[in-house]
This record gives sequence, structure tokens and C-alpha cells, in this order.
Amino acid sequence: MSQNKAKSKIGQLDGLELTPLLKLSGITKSFPGILANDTIDLTVKQGEIHALLGENGAGKSTLVKIIYGLLKPDAGTFEWEESVLSLSNPAQARALGIGMVFQHFSLFEALTVCENIAIADDQKLNLKTVAVRIKEVSNRYGLPIDPDRYVHSLSVGEKQRIEILRCLLQRPKLLILDEPTSVLTPQEASNLFVTLENLASSGCAILYISHKLEEVRSLCGTATILRNGAVVATCNPKLETAKTMAELMIGVKLHNIKRSEKLENHDNRLQINKLNLKSNDPFGMDLKNISFDIQEGEVLGIAGVAGNGQTELMAALSGEVVQNDSHDNITFDHVCVSGMGVAERRAMGASFVPEERYGHAAIKEMSLKDNALLTTSQKINLVKKGFLQSNEICDLTQKIISDFDVRTTGLEMETGNLSGGNLQKFILGREILQNPRILIVSQPTWGVDAGAAVFLRKSLLDLAARGCAILIISQDLDEIFEICDRIAVLYQGTLSPSITRESASVHQIGLLMGGKTGE
Amino acid sequence: MDLLPVALTIITASTPLLLAATGELVTEKAGVLNLGVEGMMLIGAIAAFAAAVSTGSGLIAILVGAFSGVAVAAIFAVLTLTCLANQVATGLALTIFGVGLSALVGSNFVGISLEPLPQLNIGGLSTIPILGDLLFGHDVLVYLSFIMILLVGYFLSKTRSGLILRAVGESHDSAHALGYSVLTVRYLAVLFGGFMSGLAGSYLSLVYTPLWAENMTAGRGWIALALVVFGTWRAGRIAFGAYLFGAITILQLHVQGWGINIASQFMTMLPYLATVIVLVFISSDKRKIRINAPQSIGKVFYPPR
Amino acid sequence: MSQSFRFFPKFVLEPRLEVSGQWMILSPIIAIILTLFSGIIIFSLLGKDPFLALYTFFVQPLTTMFGITELLVKGTPLVLIGVGLAIGFKANVWNIGAEGQFTMGAVFGGGTALLCQHMESILVLPLVLVLGTLGGILWGAIPAFLKTRFNANEILTSLMLSYVAVLWLSYLVHGPWRDPAGFNFPESQLFSDYAMLPILIENSRLNLGAFFAILVVLAAWILMARTIIGFQLRVVGLAPRAAHYAGFKQSGLIWLSFLISGGLAGLAGIAEVSGTIGQLLPSVSPGYGFTAIIVAFLGRLHPVGVLFAGLIMALSYIGGENAQIEIGLPAAVTGLFQGILLFFLLACDVLVRYRFSHRSVLIGERCE
Repeated sequence: MSQNKAKSKIGQLDGLELTPLLKLSGITKSFPGILANDTIDLTVKQGEIHALLGENGAGKSTLVKIIYGLLKPDAGTFEWEESVLSLSNPAQARALGIGMVFQHFSLFEALTVCENIAIADDQKLNLKTVAVRIKEVSNRYGLPIDPDRYVHSLSVGEKQRIEILRCLLQRPKLLILDEPTSVLTPQEASNLFVTLENLASSGCAILYISHKLEEVRSLCGTATILRNGAVVATCNPKLETAKTMAELMIGVKLHNIKRSEKLENHDNRLQINKLNLKSNDPFGMDLKNISFDIQEGEVLGIAGVAGNGQTELMAALSGEVVQNDSHDNITFDHVCVSGMGVAERRAMGASFVPEERYGHAAIKEMSLKDNALLTTSQKINLVKKGFLQSNEICDLTQKIISDFDVRTTGLEMETGNLSGGNLQKFILGREILQNPRILIVSQPTWGVDAGAAVFLRKSLLDLAARGCAILIISQDLDEIFEICDRIAVLYQGTLSPSITRESASVHQIGLLMGGKTGE
Repeated sequence: MDLLPVALTIITASTPLLLAATGELVTEKAGVLNLGVEGMMLIGAIAAFAAAVSTGSGLIAILVGAFSGVAVAAIFAVLTLTCLANQVATGLALTIFGVGLSALVGSNFVGISLEPLPQLNIGGLSTIPILGDLLFGHDVLVYLSFIMILLVGYFLSKTRSGLILRAVGESHDSAHALGYSVLTVRYLAVLFGGFMSGLAGSYLSLVYTPLWAENMTAGRGWIALALVVFGTWRAGRIAFGAYLFGAITILQLHVQGWGINIASQFMTMLPYLATVIVLVFISSDKRKIRINAPQSIGKVFYPPR
Repeated sequence: MSQSFRFFPKFVLEPRLEVSGQWMILSPIIAIILTLFSGIIIFSLLGKDPFLALYTFFVQPLTTMFGITELLVKGTPLVLIGVGLAIGFKANVWNIGAEGQFTMGAVFGGGTALLCQHMESILVLPLVLVLGTLGGILWGAIPAFLKTRFNANEILTSLMLSYVAVLWLSYLVHGPWRDPAGFNFPESQLFSDYAMLPILIENSRLNLGAFFAILVVLAAWILMARTIIGFQLRVVGLAPRAAHYAGFKQSGLIWLSFLISGGLAGLAGIAEVSGTIGQLLPSVSPGYGFTAIIVAFLGRLHPVGVLFAGLIMALSYIGGENAQIEIGLPAAVTGLFQGILLFFLLACDVLVRYRFSHRSVLIGERCE
């Protein structure tokens, strides 16, 4: 595939013909059942901010792990500053000047900031020297952090700063960031961009992985687009529109989801009144005075960056965590459920989809048939007198697979082999087919490919149209704005008052996500 | 009542527990749960005893005992780290194997008696009244137990290598992503645990009761495992626990001397019951366990290639 | 710019797409074969003719009717305990104290038999059996309570209690329950015939206990495969968070696992004492509680598998005794074999979830 040698001038050293820093040719990598990277060519120049675009599952993470020395390619060459090399581990990559900020932080919660940075430091400096250098670098790039704090006590944005500082201490020539803004408020993201532009102007190249097109358009000068493991295009994002890039990423023309007319019924289906809950986890977030309600057929979205109480709220609503004292702050259909456990709340017609798929919403070692039974075992036709009714369970599983377009090799297939999108379709399908009166779902389309995401969101809207009250907890603002009727923001365990979608703006919600109210 | 001899017997009874628990501390801090301590101690005990009988040298016997512990720990390491076997099952297998192998080898050595290891009186220090005997009049393995727990405590909290080991135990995926070889760290930690358990077993058969009897560890390996939990994976607390249990174990001998008349079986039960009580006490503090327990303990590490 | 490339074949372990059912069965078979090879080596090292030893150990016991009934007699406690342990392990409940529960079953049931020494009623035996099972249940209830209420690790608590139980039995037969007419030996009176399990085949020791074992295997099979309780036990073993999400009560399932495995161990204990031994002795078990752990794994944690595995392990006990008598092999060889078998089994089991994959890696070299 020929390289598009477009020279983009914005954000780079003017007028110079820049030598390529990194050149990948024909990189191929496969895993059992998947061809993750298919003869990929990629060139990154000094001082360039280069976007690596693609939807979830396109192969971006695999490619950068190869660049960072975490994975070895099955074929292809890796050229750094015009020498062909083979990396065996990240330490070698770091020695070359490659730094990586992971999407899922590789931090150690029980250690301090200083220890976390020292352990990533190849120069084997002692802790005192590291602390001094941390202060130096964090001031220079505007990333304030206290070296002696324990990582578990930090917010997600602060944790990301540690990841970035780890890289900056090594004076990198190439900095790779994997979906950095997925855990930031819009304002924090802007601050990050300023830092990155500073870095680029001092000669550091940046490889920026994202699926957020507006961001990429404002930050990056070049983009390589991956689809299904192969490069489909390279372009200059500043000259393209989000729509054209999206179509290159997905390969099909996008349709907008049509929001049907909301029901005019004002019946309160779900009501939460002054919920206060201490977290069981010493590293968790306590909930403070949470109040909201959702009407029949309504979709409420709770926005917020991870770590602000979403997990605790989900557990409190589903009944996985039950309050000790008799309170009556949670009501389903005007019935107080505060003292009820999960099974009883399900019996009231509520369904829940937690954020974690494996190990929580589904079990990867079990078959689809077994997973279908996980939340439906109270149904009288599936279990009679303690005995499992195999035929009925098979019928149910088959219905989930057909109605929700789950691509699978059969009912007995081990659930761990499903792709992210198919798994989520199965889980959501299992819950929706129970015809719940209330559905609470956390991060519904996180990590799911665009086609499946569209399907899932449409299914949620169809369910609302049938009168179900839906609560969506999500980090994805685009999603919230797309399907929710009202929006509230969860910050540090406190919930903002909800506002209608029509009257809300991304900027305003972004501020609330960062804890600032008003202008 | 003369406390000094009692204190000396407490130290003797505690030493095998301290040695074994020190080794297991390092193993668990790296994220590996090795339930085979009892088996490794027995192998160490018979190996040391056999070597002592054959060569007459205390030093060789100790080394043979320790490195036999390393050898069986290596089997455990290969199964759990390379063959990715379940750590609980493999640890149990190690114990069963250790009991069986030591009984087989030991069948030739039953009834033979041995000169106990000499006391190392350090210079003239041991002539200081009371403290002298207490601190300086012991055999080499007791001194080693003091030194090792101090060294291990320092290693874990103050050195860079100790930091890496702790990081591997906290989150093996993150440590791997940073480029550290999780497998190397864990292999070394498991082998160290084997070394220390072998030493503990050697102490039992060379000093504590200089003879060999089948199953002579009588559950001390399991108590050492409980000590690591009781000490919430902190060196200082583990040392305290080891001496506490040594005291309980030795209590039964002294109680009979004090004229209290209880059937011997009940006194023998004391350390086991005490272990249960102590475990219950410390485990119920879920918060403390969550903060101190190495988070990746027992989980299989499969590195993406 | 010159480049040289080498194709370098490398074998790596890769997770399979699906658990290999084929290897689930192959793994124990290969482990057994490897153990037999090890046996040959060990026998040679001990100075015995390896093939004679193998024959004496594994084949000779099966050549007589008596030998086969002995196999079933020794297999009974192993299968009973093994089934209970397998159910627990599937639920990730590690009951390592089966030896203690077995002992307590013997104590409770044996104590009842001694109390009813002079009663002549057909109700004595059922009473003895029920109380024996209850003894195991009670002893298993302690670690269950400590785990659910105090989060105490059940491996350590159940094991510690094993030591306590054996010491308790020792106290009883040395003291209050010692047979006054027994020449000061630490053993209880012989149980009356009313308290003994009936013999099934004449001139053998095969008793009704074997029948119980078969019933238990069938019941456990149905429980695990066909009932909601079995499903809940499997879920809680694989993913406790998912079990909680599903509304299953984790502490209830932990209790159930201990009650079942404790009860079965207790039943095995009283069946041994009132079927095979006939009185209480300081030691009523040659380590059945621990061997049963191997039986559970060898049987792939499936009740029918446990049945076969129990018979194989029973063979190792009988063979060991046989070899001790016939060719003077030390008794400890049995224990060693059992340990080696478990090691090989664990090593072979890796191939159930992973496979060796052959990859060619392209290596480029650094050029100036």
C-alpha cells in the first residue's frame, strides 16, 4: 500500500522536510481466531501529531503494543530512525525513546505516585531523585501531582497524569496515547491537548489513538485509518469532515437513529430519594444524597467520568448492595425496594446490566445456554420444582440469539469466544426479552463496534417506546445526547439535578463532569 | 518461676515457624500462593537428617535441607507458572508428594539419633546475664531466622527490587505492561520460599528434635501459612505471630511441669485451635485484608504474546 | 541496506477457543501412564524388579474375588468423600478437612453404637449411620460458619480442625471410651452386630457402604447436571460476582457445599468404622480425606469420574499393602505414587485449556 506523503504544516516545525521517525511496513499479527493486523504500513514523522483511527476492534491497540515492544509481529519490519530493528520488550522501546500511555492504566493502586513512576523508570534512580524530577517535569508541562499520595486515592484524571509523567520523565521522541480522553471531562481533554501541542512543538512525535473524530480534527495533522485490521486510508483530518472519516472507519453510510415521540404518561416508574451509601471498597466512592426519578417510557442518562460513584450507584439500584438501616429511598412502581435483594427486585420487573461483562453480567467459561439462565432462573417455565427445563432454556437462548443478531456458532458455544459487540447484544437481549418495567444499564456500548452500538441503542429506544423506564449510566457523551430524554451528572458521589436534552449543551455537561457548575 | 529457660524454649519452638513464614511471605508478596509449605518442610527435614547421618557435617546437612526445599519448590513453580496449573491444587499436591517422598526416604532413618547442632556462642557476648543467653547463645539457624526476617522486611519496603516484586504481586498485568518479567520474579520468589521451608524443616530434624519421624512437622507448615495472613503480609507482624505461636506450642510441655492436669491431647490441640482463632480475628477485618493482601495472589498469569 | 531474515520456529502455549473435551479424558489417562513409568524407575531405585513390582501393585489384587471386593471396600470411603469434595471444589469451596469430618463421623456414630451396645433393635444401625453423618456435618459446619461470617480462609480452618478431630478421637479411645476388657490397648469395645453394616458377599468385607456410594454418585450427578442448585454451585465457583448479580446466595451455597462434603465424609467415617473396622481405634483413616482430594481431581470433579477415580486410587492402597507383604516394599510408596499422580495430572491438565502452537517469527537484524 503506497504511503500518502501529505505534508501537514499545522502543529509542526515549519518548512522542514522531516525524516520519518517510525516506519512500519507490512506488519501482520494474528491471535486465535482473529487477524488483528493485516500488512499494515505506518509512517510517523518527528514533531507530528498523528492520529490512528478506527472503531473498536479495528486493531489499533494491537499495533501500538507491537510498536511498544509488548507483542512481536508475525511478519513485517519495524524501522526506527531508518534502522530495521526487532523489539523484544518495552524496556528496549523506552531506550529508543518510545513512551506509551495506556488506555487501561498500568498502575499499582497500593503504591504511591512516586513508587509508580520509579518502577517505570529505566534509569533505576532512587525514590528521592525520582520525586524531585517528578516535580520538575510536572511543573514544566502543567500536570500537577503530589508524589507521596497513594494511587488508589487519586481521581481518574490524576491517574492518567501519572501515566503521562512516567513517559515524559524518559524524554520520549515518540509518545503513544491510547484513547486518552475516554476518561476525561471535555475541559480536562482540552488541557491535555495543550500539553500535547507543547510536546509536539518541541520535536516529540505523538501517535494518538482515538475513535472521537471531532477531537482528532482539532488536534491532529495526519491520520491513518484502520478497518478490520488493515489500513484503508491516510488523510489530513483538518481537511476532512467527521462524516467522511467516520464512513472510512466503518465502511458504510451512517444512518441517524430516529427518536420516537415520548409517551405523555407521567407515571413515576423509578424513584430515588436522598440515597446515601458508604462504599464497601476502601478505594471506592461514597454516594451522597442522590435523588432522581424516571417516568414510564423515559430515558434518563447519568453522565460522568469513571470513578465518581457509578459502580456504587449501580450496585445500590440493582440490590447487590442493600442498605442496612430501614430507609425507603428506592421505590419501583411506588413500592419500596430498599430492603430487597437482587432476586426480589427482578421479581418486581426490574432488569440490570452492569458495566463489567465477564465475571459479572456473564460468565465466560459457561455456554450461552447457561448464561441465558443466569438472570432468568426465577421464571416458572425454566425451572420446575428445582429441576432445569432444558428445552425451554434452549428456546429462550435461541430467541435471544435470533432477535438480537448475536453471531455465534451455537448454543453450547463458550461465551468467552464472543466478540465484545455480540456479547453485549446477548446480555442486553437477555434482559430486554424479560420485558422489564425498569431497565438500568451501565456503559451499554463501551468497547462495542459501531454496527452493534447502533443496534443496541435502537433496542433501548424500542424498549422505552414500549413503556419501560430506562436509566443509562455512561461515560460516552455522544451516546447520552443521542438517546436520552434527560441528563444528570454524577460527580464525586453527588448527582446534579437533571435537565432535558434539548436544553443541555456538551460544554455545560462537561463542566458538571469536572465538578464545576455554571460558567 | 524461672522465665529464662521458658523464653529459650519459645525461641526454639518459634524458629521453624519464622523461617517458613518468611519464605512464604516473599512468595505471596509476588502473587503466588504456595500451600505446599508442609511438604517442603518435610523434604527439607529428611534431606538434612539423611545428610547429617551420612556426612556428620552440620553445615552440609543444612545446605542439603535448604536446597532440597528449592528442588521441590521448583516442581511447584514449573507447574503453576509455566503449565498454568491451579495454585491451590498444585500446593496440595506438593504437600501430599512431600509427605509421601519424605516417608519413603525416611523409612531407612527411623530410630537413628543424632548430635544436635552446636550452639554458637558469639564471642563473650553470651556471658551477659539473661540477655546474653537469650540473644546470643543459639545455634546458627536461629540467628539466620532473625537476620532473614529483618533482611526480607528491608528488601520489600526499601529496595527497588523489592518494589518490583510487590508490583508484580499487586498487578501482574501492569508489571508485564511495564516490561518486567513476571515469570522471573515469581520463579525466584517461589524458589526462595522453598529454600526457607527447607531450612525450617532442617531445623526441626537437626535441632528441635534431632531425629526423624514420619510427618514430624505436625502441621507447622500450615500454621506458617496462617501466620502470613495473620501478619497481614508485614514482616514485623509475622515475626510477632511466629513467637506467639511458638509460645503456645511450647506451653503444653511447661503446663505439665506446672502441675496442671489436662489430658495431653488437649494441650496438643492448642496451636491448631489458636490458629483458627487468630485467622478468624484477622480475616474479619475485610478492609485491612483488602489493603494489605497482594491483589494478584492465586491468579494465573498468562502473558499475551 | 542489507537485511537478513531467519524463520525461527517457536512453540508457545495459546489459549484454546473451547475447552477440549478430548483432553479432559486423555489427561488423567496420560497422567496414570506417566505415573506407572515413574513407578518403574522408583521400584528399580529401591532394588526391586520393576515389572514384578508393578504386577504386584496393580494387577495381582484384581486376580482374586477377595481382591475385587477389597477394591470396593477401600473405594467406598474414597468415592463417598470424593463426590462431596468435587461438589465443593466446583463451587470453589476448598474443604481440606475431610479427614477431620470423617473422624468426627466415626466418633459420633461410634459413640452412638457404644451407647446402644446392649440394645437389640434393627433401629440401631440407621441411628448410628444418621448420627455419624451428622457428626461430619457438624464438623464441616464450623469452617462454613467461619468463612461466611468472618471471611476466614476455609483451607486453613478446615485443615486445623482435622488435627483437632484426630486428637479428640485419640483422647476418647485412650480415656473415657477405652474398652475396660481390652488389656489397656487404646481401642473401644467392639460394636454389637446390630450396629454393624451387613456384609454383602460372604467371606469378604464388602458391606452396604458400597451401595451407599453408588447411590450418592447417582444423586450427585443429578444434582449437578439437572437442578438449579447444581447450576448455582457452578456459577458461584466460576464467578462469585455474577452469582451475586444473579441473586444466588453465596453464603448459603458455601454452607451447602460444606454440609454436603462434611456429611458425606462423616458417612464414610461411620461406614468404615461400623462396616470394616468394627470399633473405634486411635486412627481410623489411612489418609482417606487427603487421597479423596486426588480422587476428586482425577475424576474431573464429576460424580461418575469420581467413581472411576476412587476405584483407581483404591487399587493404589491395596496394591501398596500387597506389595508390602509380597515383596517388602515400604508402605510409604503408596503415598508417593499418589503425590506423583496428582503432579502429572496437573501438568497434563494444561492441555485442556491451552494448546501448543507453532509459530514462525520473522527476525530482522539491526543494520547500520
